[in-house]
Amino acid sequence: MDLSSISPVTLIVSLMAASTPILLAALGELVVEKSGVLNLGVEGMMIIGAVCGFIAAVTTGSPWLGFLFGAICGAAVSMIFAVLTQYLMANQVATGLGLTMFGLGLASLLGHSYTGINPPAFSQIHIPVLSDLPVVGRIIFGHDPMIYFSLALTFGIWYFLTRTRGGLVLRAVGESHDAAHALGYKVIRIRMLAIAFGGACAGLGGAYLSLVRVPQWAEGMTAGAGWIALAIVVFASWKPGRAIIGAYLFGGVTVLQLNLQAAGLAISPAYLSMTPYLATIIVLVIMASDKKRQSLNAPASLGKTFFAST
Amino acid sequence: MLRLEARPEPSRAMVILTPIIAVVATMIAGGILFAILGNNPFTAIRIIFWDPLFNDMVASYTRPQLLVKAAPLILMAIGLSFGFRANVWNIGAEGQFIMGAVIGGGTALALYPLESPLVFPLIIIMGGLGGFLWAMIPAILKIRFNANEILVSLMLVYVAAQFLAAMVTGPMKSPVGMGFPVSRNFNEYQSAFNAELLSNTGLHFGVLVMMAVVVVGYIFLTRHIFGFQIRVSGQSARASKFAGVNPHTTVALCLGISGALAGLAGLFEVTGPAGKLSTNFPLGYGFTAIIVAFLGRLHPVGILLAGLLMALTYIGGELAQFQMSIPAAAIQVFQGMLLFFLLGVDILVNFRLRRDTKSKEAH
Repeated sequence: MDLSSISPVTLIVSLMAASTPILLAALGELVVEKSGVLNLGVEGMMIIGAVCGFIAAVTTGSPWLGFLFGAICGAAVSMIFAVLTQYLMANQVATGLGLTMFGLGLASLLGHSYTGINPPAFSQIHIPVLSDLPVVGRIIFGHDPMIYFSLALTFGIWYFLTRTRGGLVLRAVGESHDAAHALGYKVIRIRMLAIAFGGACAGLGGAYLSLVRVPQWAEGMTAGAGWIALAIVVFASWKPGRAIIGAYLFGGVTVLQLNLQAAGLAISPAYLSMTPYLATIIVLVIMASDKKRQSLNAPASLGKTFFAST
Repeated sequence: MLRLEARPEPSRAMVILTPIIAVVATMIAGGILFAILGNNPFTAIRIIFWDPLFNDMVASYTRPQLLVKAAPLILMAIGLSFGFRANVWNIGAEGQFIMGAVIGGGTALALYPLESPLVFPLIIIMGGLGGFLWAMIPAILKIRFNANEILVSLMLVYVAAQFLAAMVTGPMKSPVGMGFPVSRNFNEYQSAFNAELLSNTGLHFGVLVMMAVVVVGYIFLTRHIFGFQIRVSGQSARASKFAGVNPHTTVALCLGISGALAGLAGLFEVTGPAGKLSTNFPLGYGFTAIIVAFLGRLHPVGILLAGLLMALTYIGGELAQFQMSIPAAAIQVFQGMLLFFLLGVDILVNFRLRRDTKSKEAH
């Protein structure tokens, strides 16, 4: 095994790319959960975003249109969940699971003839001088635009949730839908919007996966990323800033184990491939055992069905 | 304008009717899907739902398949339904299915070539134990640390799949498999092979176990204190405490039972229909079982019927794939739609549609 082949700078750069899809999906789900809705369909929305974004990018030749279309399609499928849970009052856990299964099936149906194609290139930005600086240049100034977008989005969501009236209303709906309803807020409409936003973010994350991270289309390519995003929301205790830490932690584990596999560590690669999932479980356990923090931040109406009787 | 009005009591007729409405709606929506894919929707629906049972050309092969495919689905769905009733969400049945197959199958591989009537009972126990222990991980983490069992059990599916991969490329790799990542074939090992008991019926030992579980499950749910306890904990965690239900016991029992049944399903599958351990062994039955559980209204008898129906879509789907080259994924979409329609029409059980004539003054 040759550990010296693993360069720390390359590791950090690829870590950020590996974390971005999960970060995007987690941010979307964070907003959804803050509105009091538990959408377990992240994996399904992500893979729909991955396949739709890929098809759009290959057809038009523009990765930007790919990202846009991925986000739109993610939001579109999230509406199935939204209508079922908000208007038809279906169980959120079951409907979310259904969305994941439906999304995985629909994605492989849509992507059938797109395997083995390369998407149009989506290159890193290059700022003269800055990007050429040793170490810092590549870590801070050498990424593709979507990575910067995901970081800006984190800040934007933090600002929206904590500093704006809209964010306050959204949180009120998530804490107590009955009280929010009594105050005259449109609980269902606000939740529909939150779900659509979550779908768009998941779709965007999926598109990043198929257009930049891999970059190819393959059946089942999300491989649990959507579920890890759900775990990160718990890890982040519903705070956007902490979602970055969570996502980068998992990105780090993923990239490190891939590098160890490539460096020829003397254990079966299958065991190394387990590590991101095991890390997720460990983190979930650590976070959950701190009951005080959990109950302070978890939206009180999370997963509960709202029916306006009057 | 239509509006929803809460029923004073859940409609019993709708409990039975809604799954049928959902199936019909799925056939219509599925027909549209097949038409978009460029196939004749009526032919496709006939191939999926009619031909496997009644077309003489293929039925001799497909009819026995019905029991083979339905057995693991029903076995797992009944286990899951207990938890779902009690709000214990084990969605990692796929992982427990894999672990049952790996532990049970692995035991058989370790004993090879010992021929003894004790081998089969032993590997059945090991298979059930494998699934049980795998499900105990989320159970213990939930009880001890309050970790979300949905995410933990789901993460363990991926871990189990990787464990299977490690096993079939390492210790369980067949010495006569020419280097492929597969285990020895179980049909070469008389004592461990889960053979068809009556030829051309698809009836293997797992099917018998499945049938017994349907009966026992029914008795447990409707006639036993355990059934009452899980129903009350699902409806109100607070009320269940007053009724003397220990929530930790409920979590452990629900996850343990569903895990053991999923492990058994995996063991019967790998030693019978699948025939060997390989990375292609997991087919997503653990996830389909979730649909089966809901389609069967979390009731053993309903699950029996739902499992047979879902098995039919698998077999019919394969037929449609073969005869009309409808992609396999279309069937997955079809199954997903079925769950959506079911959850959607479910509202008719507790609500009824009323025309809003008197506008707001009703309240």
